[in-house]
Amino acid sequence: MSTQQLQDQVIQVRRDILRMVHKVSSGHPGGSLGCAEFLVCLYNEVMKHDTNFKMDGFNEDLFFLSNGHISPVYYSVLARSGYFPVSELNTFRLLNTRLQGHPTTHEGLDGIRIASGSLGQGMSVAIGAALTKKLNGEDTTVYSLHGDGELQEGQIWEAAMYAAGNKVDNYIATVDYNKKQIDGATDDVLPLGDLKAKFEAFGWDVLDVKQGNDIDTILKALAEAKSRTGKGKPVCILLHTEMGNGIDFMMGTHAWHGKAPNDEQLAEGLRQNPETLGDY
Amino acid sequence: MKKYIDQGKKDTRSGFGAGLAAVGKANENVVALCADLVGSLKMDEFIGNNPERFFQMGITEANMMSVAAGMTIGGKIPFTGTFANFSTGRVYDQIRQSIAYSDKNVKICASHAGLTLGEDGATHQILEDIGLMKMLPGMVVINPCDYNQTKAATEAIAEYVGPVYLRFGRPKVANFTPINQKFEIGKALQLTEGTDVTIVATGHLVWESLKAAEVLEAKGISVEVINIHTIKPLDKDAILASVAKTGCIVTAEEHNHLGGLGESIARVLAQNNPTPQEFVATNDTFGESGTPEQLMKKYGLDDTAIINAVEKVISRK
Repeated sequence: MSTQQLQDQVIQVRRDILRMVHKVSSGHPGGSLGCAEFLVCLYNEVMKHDTNFKMDGFNEDLFFLSNGHISPVYYSVLARSGYFPVSELNTFRLLNTRLQGHPTTHEGLDGIRIASGSLGQGMSVAIGAALTKKLNGEDTTVYSLHGDGELQEGQIWEAAMYAAGNKVDNYIATVDYNKKQIDGATDDVLPLGDLKAKFEAFGWDVLDVKQGNDIDTILKALAEAKSRTGKGKPVCILLHTEMGNGIDFMMGTHAWHGKAPNDEQLAEGLRQNPETLGDY
Repeated sequence: MKKYIDQGKKDTRSGFGAGLAAVGKANENVVALCADLVGSLKMDEFIGNNPERFFQMGITEANMMSVAAGMTIGGKIPFTGTFANFSTGRVYDQIRQSIAYSDKNVKICASHAGLTLGEDGATHQILEDIGLMKMLPGMVVINPCDYNQTKAATEAIAEYVGPVYLRFGRPKVANFTPINQKFEIGKALQLTEGTDVTIVATGHLVWESLKAAEVLEAKGISVEVINIHTIKPLDKDAILASVAKTGCIVTAEEHNHLGGLGESIARVLAQNNPTPQEFVATNDTFGESGTPEQLMKKYGLDDTAIINAVEKVISRK
């Protein structure tokens, strides 16, 4: 896909996110919007994957969403990649839906391999999948995405220590580094300190990527990260993103972490992102 | 009454170790993970045979559970090993979300369950694990009674697809079930036939129940002893059939009476055939340091406690 085509999908994904959370007046638009570019690039340009979904994912690259609350962007990108009909986005968070508030395997939604939502578990899960890929002799890569606030969970650092100590080098973990969490700025809630130095001290190869909402920058970073796999270290991308990206009134604040837009706000958000690939 | 012979005392954790080595040979998808307790879990033979399929996790129990969940993606069958306390309460949310809710084929193997690990005391003993694990939707909960049965259970759960909690212990106890007896998940084993009282026991309490039954038999009380190695799914047909005959029941387990086997059976009886029941279990308490024998006596989990419970429940008929 060209950069323009990817950008078109990002804009459509933004519309999906807004419409999904607006309809049920719940969900997490802020982080979802901040990661739209990353996930669109990952699923369309980077990962080798099969939308004819098989849980075991043999010989496929795998992705695990550890910060499960940004399910709207995940569902939108999965649907628009072909895992399930985009019309199903209309059922987000409704009774009997496969698109639960947080991602789950329980309802059998294609594309999802583990439940997430309770934070801090996805890095360990991804490491497990990466270990199995090594045992199976695959030359594939496992990816995961984490919130920066999520790094406050202790299990992340158990996993980080384990992955480096055991040379889990077919694995790229990305941190959605927007410096915000529900209660405010991460610096006010619980400062994360120097994340690059922390991951490096744990033995990771770290890429600090400043423009995490720019498609060309993301593609370049993911290619660079991929080139650093297989060299004895797990790879971490600190992806500096903007929460609420693409909707001007949702940017620069943590207020939209877990809040849905009202009718006027939806209309304004959609006006700023004209339909590209067709609404569901 | 049918007699059972102790073939020589052995620890159930060694039965797990032997079973793990066997499934490691039989199925190359079996992998083992351990959080710095290889010797305690008797995993050495598996590790010696399959070093590439063993994962030393260090003291990262939460990480270990989620890694195990991830390893199932791509066909592996992970067996995790640590103490029961660190296999359940410490990592409950990891098990709940990544294993149970995600329906992953992980075998959570837990040694040093109950009081009988002894001198380490209550920080390392756990009397709540059956309750914690049986409440998780889809989780199978197994507590075998001796070395032979633990080995057989370990082999059986490798064949079963889905999350399992396998609970066993540290002390050397009587080994009395037949070698290579087929282990059927969810199928109770009737050990003795009787008409006056049913004793349903699990884990180390099965042997204590057989000892109690002998004493009671000498007093003219006919006892039906049932070994219920699988607490979930519970073999309610076996329980209902037995109490239809005996009219009263004693449940025996190395666990808190809250949340344990006894409560599961009480629910079955209340719904189907209300029956007098006495509970041989700990009474909403933590354990403490001591030898296994001292602790089982002090906390009312030995053959004497079972005899007393039988006499009481018969008087309530």
